[in-house]
Amino acid sequence: MKFLRKSIDKIKPHFEKGGKLEKLHSTFEAFESFMFVPDTVTTKGTHIRDANDMKRTMAIVVLAVVPTVIFGMWNVGYQHFMATGQEGTIFELFWLGFLKVFPIIVVSYVVGLGIEFAFAQYRGHEVNEGFLVSGILIPLILPVDTPLWMVAVATAFAVVIGKEVFGGTGMNILNPALTARAFLFFAYPSYMSGNAVWTHGMMNGEGIIDSYTGATPLAEAAAGKIENLPSVVEMFFGTIPGSIGETSTLAILIGAAILLFTGMASARIMISTFIGGLVMGLLLNVFAVNPFMEIPAWHHLLLGGFAFGAVFMATDPVSAAQTPKGKIIYGFLIGLFAILIRVINPAYPEGVMLAILLMNVFAPLIDHYVIEGNIKKRLKRAKVKAL
Amino acid sequence: MSKVIKIKKGLNISMLGTAEKIIKKANQAEYYAVKPTDFKGIRPKLVVKVGDKVKAGTPLFYDKFQPEVQFTSPVSGEVTAINRGERRIILEVVVRADATIEYEEFQLGDSTNLSKEEIVAVLQQSGLWPTIRQRPYSTIANPNDSPKAIFISAFESAPLAPDMDYVAKEYTDYFQKGIDVLSKLTDGTIHLNINADYPAAETFTKAKGVQINKFTGPHPSGNVGVQINKIDPINKGEIVWYTYPQEIITIGRLFDNGIYDATKIIALAGSEVQNPKYYKILNGASIKNLIDENESELRYISGNVLTGSKISDDGFVGYYDNQITVIPEGKYYEFFGWATPGFKKYTASRALLSWLIPGKKYRLDTNIHGGQRAYVMTSEYDKVFPMDIYPVQLIKAIMVEDIDKMEQLGIYEVDEEDFALCEYVCTSKIEVQSIIRTGLDLMRKEMS
Repeated sequence: MKFLRKSIDKIKPHFEKGGKLEKLHSTFEAFESFMFVPDTVTTKGTHIRDANDMKRTMAIVVLAVVPTVIFGMWNVGYQHFMATGQEGTIFELFWLGFLKVFPIIVVSYVVGLGIEFAFAQYRGHEVNEGFLVSGILIPLILPVDTPLWMVAVATAFAVVIGKEVFGGTGMNILNPALTARAFLFFAYPSYMSGNAVWTHGMMNGEGIIDSYTGATPLAEAAAGKIENLPSVVEMFFGTIPGSIGETSTLAILIGAAILLFTGMASARIMISTFIGGLVMGLLLNVFAVNPFMEIPAWHHLLLGGFAFGAVFMATDPVSAAQTPKGKIIYGFLIGLFAILIRVINPAYPEGVMLAILLMNVFAPLIDHYVIEGNIKKRLKRAKVKAL
Repeated sequence: MSKVIKIKKGLNISMLGTAEKIIKKANQAEYYAVKPTDFKGIRPKLVVKVGDKVKAGTPLFYDKFQPEVQFTSPVSGEVTAINRGERRIILEVVVRADATIEYEEFQLGDSTNLSKEEIVAVLQQSGLWPTIRQRPYSTIANPNDSPKAIFISAFESAPLAPDMDYVAKEYTDYFQKGIDVLSKLTDGTIHLNINADYPAAETFTKAKGVQINKFTGPHPSGNVGVQINKIDPINKGEIVWYTYPQEIITIGRLFDNGIYDATKIIALAGSEVQNPKYYKILNGASIKNLIDENESELRYISGNVLTGSKISDDGFVGYYDNQITVIPEGKYYEFFGWATPGFKKYTASRALLSWLIPGKKYRLDTNIHGGQRAYVMTSEYDKVFPMDIYPVQLIKAIMVEDIDKMEQLGIYEVDEEDFALCEYVCTSKIEVQSIIRTGLDLMRKEMS
C-alpha cells in the first residue's frame, strides 16, 4: 500500500499540467482516486463532509445488481440445457452462462468507459462514476445471443447520444442503459424480436429439441397462448427465457432490498411503479376482452422486465423526476404505461422500456408542475399578507 | 403554554468532544481582533491606524454603506496590526490589550425613557448595532426599516454547540434589560424560540415582553431561519430582524452600566480538545492561551463544524461565534476508501456499516471523502432541509443566475447556514453554502 502510494506520487507529476502525459490527466486521476480516496480537505463551507461519495453510491448499486447477474448467468445455462435436452450440474450451467455473459459485460464496460474517459479528458473534468452502473445494466437487459459488436455499437450510442451530448453524467434526459436497449430494438428489429434470440444456441439451431420453443412468457401471452404461461413459482424464481438479468423476481427483490435499505434508490418511485402496474392490470381485468387481459393483475409484476425496470431503471435518479411528489406521479405512470403497452399494443411484446423512456422525457414536466405548486403557495401567502 | 413546533427533517451529527458544563474564566488574551469578514455585505473604512491607542468601545472602522454603524474595540490597548488579504481587503484589526481595561463611557440617562432614535444611536456608537441582523440576506439590520418581527433563537442545535440555557442562566437581569431595549425598536412581536426537549433556563421562560415558541427536533431546529420559516415566513418585501441571547445580554449590560463590556461565554469543543469546557472571554479574543501546543495538524474553527470559519491556532473568536471547535485535518489518502466497510466513518445514509453501532460518537476530520461531481442523487437534501422550499431547484436557479426563479423559490427565507447540512450530506460534494451566498449577494445587488 505504502509502496503503491509512493509509486503513484512518483509518476503523478507527469500527468499534471505541464507534464509530458498531461493529455491523460483525467484517466490518471480516475485510476488514482479509484485506488486511493484523495487527500483533499474542505476549504470553505462545512468543515466536515459525509463519508458517502459517488464511488460508494455507485458501488452499492452495482452490489445490488450482483444477485441478478449471478442468477442470470445460471439461467442462461439452464435454458440452453433445457433447449438441447441435456443434463448438467449447477456449476456446468453457471459456467456456460458465465462464458456467454461475461464477454458482454466486458464489452459494455470497455466501450462505455473508454468513451467516458475520452470525454472527461476532452472537457478537463474528473471521470464520473455513473457508467459503472450503466455498464452492468446494459448486459442485463439484453438477450444472451446478442452479438458483441451490437453490444459495442449500442453502448457507444447510449453513452454518446444518450449522455455525453447533454453534458455527461447528471445531465442526461434518458436512462443510458435503456437508450442502448431501445437502440438495438429499433436498429435491428429482425434480430431482436422473435423467439430465437433469448436462449443461447437457438440462433444456429443445432441440437435444439423440438418441444422447446424458447418463447418468452410475454411472447406466448401476446400470441394468445395463455395456457403456455409458466407457473407463478417459475416466474418468481426466474427459470424462464428472457433477457439475461430480468427473469428472476427474487434476485431483483434482493437488489431492491439493498437499494432501499441503504437509501440509494427512491422507495417512492419503486413502490409507486409497482402500484401503477397493479392498477393497470386490474383495469384490464375489468374490461377484459381477450385472454391476455384476463391474467391476474399481480402476475404482470412478475412477468417480463417489469420488476427489473421498476427497481433498477425507473429509480435512476438523474433521469427520474426529482421532487418527492413528482417521483410518486412519475413511478405510477411508468407502471401504468408499461402494462398498457405490454397488453394492448401488439407491436411491442414488452412495454417497460418504452414506458420508462417516455416518462424520462416527461419527468422535467412533472417536476415543473410540482414546483409551480410551491411557487403559487408562496405567492398566495404574500398576497394574503398584503390584503 | 405555547405550542411545540416539531422539526422532523434534519440531522444530528454525533461528534466527540462535547464541552463539559464548567465555566472557566480564561486568562486575558494578549491580542484581540475585530474581523470585518464576520459581517456580511459591509465595506469597512478604517478610522484607526497601527499604533493608535483605543479604549473598549472606541471605533476601529465603520461601514461605508451605513456610516453610522461603528465597529468598536472590545478592549483597551494599542492597535498593533491591520491584516489584509487578497486585493487588500481587511481581514483583522488587531489590538494588544492593556492589563486593565479602560472603557468609553456612553451617556444614557434612564433607559426606560429613551426613544427608538436614541437607542439606535447608542447601539451604533458602542459597536453593538451589528448584533442585530436582518433576513433576507443576513446583513446588519438597517435602523430605518421597520421589521415585522424580531426573532431570537435561544438554543443551538449544531454539532457540539454550547448549551445556551446554561450560558445565559446567570444573566437573567441583563437579558431582560436587553429585551426591553429591543422592544423599543419594533412594533412587531419579539419571538423567543426555546428548546422543548429539556427544561429551558428561567432566563428565557420568565422573560417578559416576548412570545415564547418551543421547538423540538434535530439540527437545524436551532437555526433562526428555520424558526422564522415555521412561525412567520418572510414574503417578498418583508424584513425580520434576528439576534441571539449573548448579544442581548451584552446590550443589556451596555444599557445598565454605560460601557461596552464584551464578555461572553464560549464552548471550546471538538475531539482534539483535551478537556472540552466553557470559557468566559472577551469577544474577539485570541484563542492562543485557550489551547495547548500541538504537533499534529488540526483544524481550528471559530463557530461550529458546519458553518464556522477556519482560523489559525492564534486566530480570533468571531464576532457572532459562541464556540471554538478543534478537529483533526484530513489530509491523507485512503486505500480503496470507497469500498471499506467504514465502521469508523460517519454517514447520514446507510452506505457504511457504521449504522450497526447506534449512538457512537465520531472523531470526524476535514477530508472531503471523494471528489466533486455533477448532481446525481436526488432527495438527499430534502431529508435534512426542513423548510417548505425545494433546495436543489433553488440552488440550480442560483447557478444559472435566474433572479425571478430564485425569488419564486424562496431565496428571501434562507441563509447559508440553513443549507449547511445539505452541503454536509451531498454525495456530489457540491459547495452549497457558497452558492447560496452568491445567490444572496446577487439578489441584494439586484434589489438595491
